[in-house]
Amino acid sequence: MIKKGIYRRQLMQSGAIVGIAASSGAVLVTPGVAKAMNLTTLDPHEGETLLVMSRQIYPHPNLGDMYYAQVVTDLDQKAAADKNIAQQIKDGVAGLDSAMGIAWIALSSGNQIAVLTSIETTPFFQTVRGTAVVSLYNNPLVWRFFGYEGASFPYGGYIHRGFNDINWLPKPPDAASPAAG
Amino acid sequence: MAQYEFSDDSVVVIIGSGAGGGTLANELCQKGIKVVVLEAGPRHTIRDFVNNEWAAFSMLAWTDKRTASGNWRVAKDFPTLPAWICKTVGGTTVHWAGASLRIQEHEFRARSTYGDIPGTSLQDWPITLADLEPYYAKAEDKMGVTRTNDIPGLPGNNNFTVMYWGATRIGYTGVSTGRMAINSRVRAGRSSCWQMGFCFQGCKSGAKWSTLYTEIPAAEATGRLDLRPQSMVLQIQHDDTGKVNGVLYADATGTQHLQKARVVCVAGNSIETPRLLLNSHSARYPDGLANSSGEVGRNYMRHLTGSVFAIFDQPVHMYRGTTMAGIIMDEARYDPRRGFVGGYHFETISLGVPFLAAFLSPGAWGRDYTSLLEGYSNMAGMWIVGEDMPSATNRITLNPAEKDQWGLPIPDVHYDDHENDIAMRNHAFKQGDAVYQAVESTQTIEVPPYPSTHNLGTCRMSANSRDGVCNKFGQTHDIANLFISDGSQFTTGAAENPTLTIVTLAIRQSDYIADQMGKNQI
Repeated sequence: MIKKGIYRRQLMQSGAIVGIAASSGAVLVTPGVAKAMNLTTLDPHEGETLLVMSRQIYPHPNLGDMYYAQVVTDLDQKAAADKNIAQQIKDGVAGLDSAMGIAWIALSSGNQIAVLTSIETTPFFQTVRGTAVVSLYNNPLVWRFFGYEGASFPYGGYIHRGFNDINWLPKPPDAASPAAG
Repeated sequence: MAQYEFSDDSVVVIIGSGAGGGTLANELCQKGIKVVVLEAGPRHTIRDFVNNEWAAFSMLAWTDKRTASGNWRVAKDFPTLPAWICKTVGGTTVHWAGASLRIQEHEFRARSTYGDIPGTSLQDWPITLADLEPYYAKAEDKMGVTRTNDIPGLPGNNNFTVMYWGATRIGYTGVSTGRMAINSRVRAGRSSCWQMGFCFQGCKSGAKWSTLYTEIPAAEATGRLDLRPQSMVLQIQHDDTGKVNGVLYADATGTQHLQKARVVCVAGNSIETPRLLLNSHSARYPDGLANSSGEVGRNYMRHLTGSVFAIFDQPVHMYRGTTMAGIIMDEARYDPRRGFVGGYHFETISLGVPFLAAFLSPGAWGRDYTSLLEGYSNMAGMWIVGEDMPSATNRITLNPAEKDQWGLPIPDVHYDDHENDIAMRNHAFKQGDAVYQAVESTQTIEVPPYPSTHNLGTCRMSANSRDGVCNKFGQTHDIANLFISDGSQFTTGAAENPTLTIVTLAIRQSDYIADQMGKNQI
């Protein structure tokens, strides 16, 4: 569905996104993040594993661990509220660790992705992905990284704030796009 | 506001308060008729609306569980949420984008125009464009549709500018900011558009027409409307002669009430409307109400949809301004040389980061996917709205395995793409790709359908009672005082966003109901 173009190369040349190449390296957890998450139901190893897993599912090299920690916090809350979810996550992490006989978090990035790919249809993976897609991308601090401005009502919308400020194409003719009234 | 007794059997009961139900309620009240509207959702005000995609979804969407089956992609991506419609006073007019297009003359004659296409249940509508034209005019005036009634078009936003130049460069000529039920000027006591970019989340300026703050307060002002929010209808009942005579519903506390009725009009959108008729089966009507044809729930249509997003090497900020800011009309024509019958429109669309991450490629993960999301600022997008083929096997049924909180079977939405749908979507993806390449996109993304917003056809109107559920006025063939008042009536889907036609049919239906009541025919 996705057409590969020259997009990646262009972005790197323009410097818009730094660090794409780094995604092939190992993903390390910021020291202390697991502790700072204050988990109630999941243990620190499970927390760290889920944090790295969230990063591998939705990797943004320039986003700090604190944003992914929110995913783990939300998973911990779901686990606290539902024993079945807790068990699914604990079993899931154990399954990741047994996949190659080495703790999953200690695997190379390529091996981590290979293991995730092998379990991507499981309910465990879908629980983590489904939680991450909301926890990560519904965070207004994360929106800034994408250039999304969030609520506009408090600022009167964009009628006077650039709804038609595109400057690399001419203005369409009035018949197609009349001036604002 | 009126308050009628449960035992008052002189009232017209309308189930649903959206484009069909809300409009019909106001029209009947204006004619002096007593109306009870039972709306499953709560009543919000414009002040409640939030510029936040997930929060607004939680507030407004119909999230009661449904199941999906069939080969359509939605069944895989959104197996328990096949439709994205609302459960709130105002119905899906709170969420809709505002595009207001008349169905084309030949589309009312779909079977005659397209011919006998295997695997479809195509029919001609029992009405023509000429029948509807006076009512379309009333609807456009009521809703304040731009480019009608001397109302100027809306100003295009950045997303439109990209679409306009891409489309123009590949030779399209029908490109503009379109006909929208969004005020470009202050009109009818409603603000003009602030270009907020949150049309789907409930319009906080009130510029977009919604029954919530137009038809419903106008009906209340007559003193004849008894609106009961958070009232989930469970069953329509009938008397010994087979005429409907009351509606059983559960209020916000779960307490059940039987509201007697002279006439019942069902406007619950094309999933709940047939579900209610099917769930209202009785000894006299073992297959459900108004179902002697066996057509209730069949011929479910949802428009051929899909989106094309593109990334550029310069900023677009597509989320700024009207969500559906412009339209390409060139492909809406009938031209089977393209390899399919029916036509389609492109309409700009944008999503915020929260929904884009969920919908751009449902289920996708990994660096290739997140690289696309990082192109957000430089992204433009448009939605494909095309005529899908009706089929008797695309249908709403009662799921025998699952029941809702009232013990009633939940609906299953079954849909298989027809080969005509596949050919049209393929054509639209290629054309959409070409539009954006013409303005030098660096990458284009073909996005599969979202949960259905245009749910149509499950109680279709037909000239012959064997072929459909209701007649050309939405009156069911089997039961004279039972009406279908929403998009379920559509005989075929046409290529136009359906709300304007739903409103138009409701205005026309109100004349018929008032006439028939006046003559004591119902």
